[in-house]
Amino acid sequence: MAHISKEDVEHVAHLARLSVSDEDVEKLTEELDAIIGFAEQLDELDTTDVEPTSHVLDIHNVLREDTIQPSLDREEALKNAPDQKDGLVKVPSVLE
Amino acid sequence: MSILEESVASLHTKLKNQEVTVAELVKASFARIREVDTDVKAFLTLNEDRALEQAEKLDKQIQNGGEVPFLFGMPAGIKDNIITEDLRTTCASQLLANFDPVHNATVMDKLGEAETVTIGKLNMDEFAMGSSTENSGVQETRNPWNTEYVPGGSSGGSAASVAAGEVLFSLGSDTGGSIRQPASYCGVVGLKPTYGRVSRYGLVAFASSLDQIGPLTRSVEDNAYVLQQIAGHSENDSTSADVQVPDYLEALGKDVKGLKIGVPSEYIGEGVDEGVKQRVLEALKVLEEQGAVWEEVSLPHSKYAVAAYYLIASSEASANLARFDGVRYGVRDENAKDLVEMYKETRSKGFGEEVKRRIMLGTFALSAGYYDAYYKKAQQVRTLIRRDFEKVFADYDVIVGPTAPTTAFKLGEQLDDPLTMYANDILTIPVNLAGIPAISVPCGFSDNLPVGLQIIAKPFAEETIYTVAHAFEQATEHHKARPEL
Repeated sequence: MAHISKEDVEHVAHLARLSVSDEDVEKLTEELDAIIGFAEQLDELDTTDVEPTSHVLDIHNVLREDTIQPSLDREEALKNAPDQKDGLVKVPSVLE
Repeated sequence: MSILEESVASLHTKLKNQEVTVAELVKASFARIREVDTDVKAFLTLNEDRALEQAEKLDKQIQNGGEVPFLFGMPAGIKDNIITEDLRTTCASQLLANFDPVHNATVMDKLGEAETVTIGKLNMDEFAMGSSTENSGVQETRNPWNTEYVPGGSSGGSAASVAAGEVLFSLGSDTGGSIRQPASYCGVVGLKPTYGRVSRYGLVAFASSLDQIGPLTRSVEDNAYVLQQIAGHSENDSTSADVQVPDYLEALGKDVKGLKIGVPSEYIGEGVDEGVKQRVLEALKVLEEQGAVWEEVSLPHSKYAVAAYYLIASSEASANLARFDGVRYGVRDENAKDLVEMYKETRSKGFGEEVKRRIMLGTFALSAGYYDAYYKKAQQVRTLIRRDFEKVFADYDVIVGPTAPTTAFKLGEQLDDPLTMYANDILTIPVNLAGIPAISVPCGFSDNLPVGLQIIAKPFAEETIYTVAHAFEQATEHHKARPEL
């Protein structure tokens, strides 16, 4: 049984902000379907009332005093930005 | 014999007594790299000018009677997903090909306190996703024992550089076996500490609930020295545990008399190469001769670990790697007409195939309608895997088995099938899911390639691991074997 369709792959690629060619869609559909099929072996296990583990350490909210700490200055923070203007990061237009 | 063949302790004494200089160590490291790295290809970036400058400064300090802490002046290689101030850090990805971090990872600051010398940055599977280092977006690293074989991964450069004698120690990261499996394939010692033992601040995140930084070395003692230096809480990583760091060196030399070892039947059963199994049984005999006792135990949910891991790790990765969008850093695609197209083109051109595959898998597993069926289910199975370990550790001090089911495989052999590649990590992944510590130590050869013995312990019981690993190592000659390059 197919778990994943080409439409799923196109939708997920958009969510993940990846551009995919028709060829990529074909290949990814097959590969992801195999991996998800493999993962479905987990259904053999009864996990009713089993708490999910999201994290192994028993820690919750870690708080600290809200005091000003040294931080990067603007020039450093922008050092790796591909494009910048007037001390800000520059990106292509958001709207047409 | 190169001076870098000596131990941390021996070199430390020689530096203090001024029988050797830091400059000699650093020059020996770069000489060895020039000699063998065209074959091994472990390094992505070299830090030669600054390393030599630092060496000169450190030698003056020694001459002036300054303090010489352990690891002072020791040549180190750093996996390229650990950020280093003003030293290129690419995660072996084309997307980060031009990235120069503006600050250090916590582990780099800690190594800096001891004045280790960073020789360069080491190759890896792109963003640490892989088991052979073949997913590097830059180059293929070779196994020093046979350059037609992979070094393992994702910390392939870290393991190969230590095995080849290019550096005294290296740092790697381990999300599903990425320190232990390459350590096993390359015949070196590699530790994945307890989750939270070492700060992850400045480790480029792959799967945040699983990632840990750890040391790769040629001996257990050297390993303990490095962990001693990098372990501990840091306020920049709220998941780094506020648990006291013990003296790991004290754990070495303790005996293993009466120690109880559990050997999971799942770790020596079907799918494990006969040669690997034989070396592990021989290793158990060595420990038995020293008064330890071993019995077969069961970790019944082990076989589900790989599936649970790929759902959890890929889901976390899909969120973590969202930051690589070409806005604040990285190689941006310049032809895009609008913002969304810029994101898509930057990511599609910058990421390699395996990274994209995992981002897709993770995004799918977290997407509307599938979350409960895949992601939550995997987290529930994670609980069952943790309980398996807890049950065994109620009666046993350590769990011992192979690190990987096979020895290193040939370059290109497993590239076509992601699921076959994932199976290399079947014996290491459960440890990450449970958040517990484990080491791989050399325990001999099968078909002329190294085999690794995995020793697993309770949370924060790295001392127990070092005691057992050291007792085994000192009773055998395996760690003295060196590849011919």
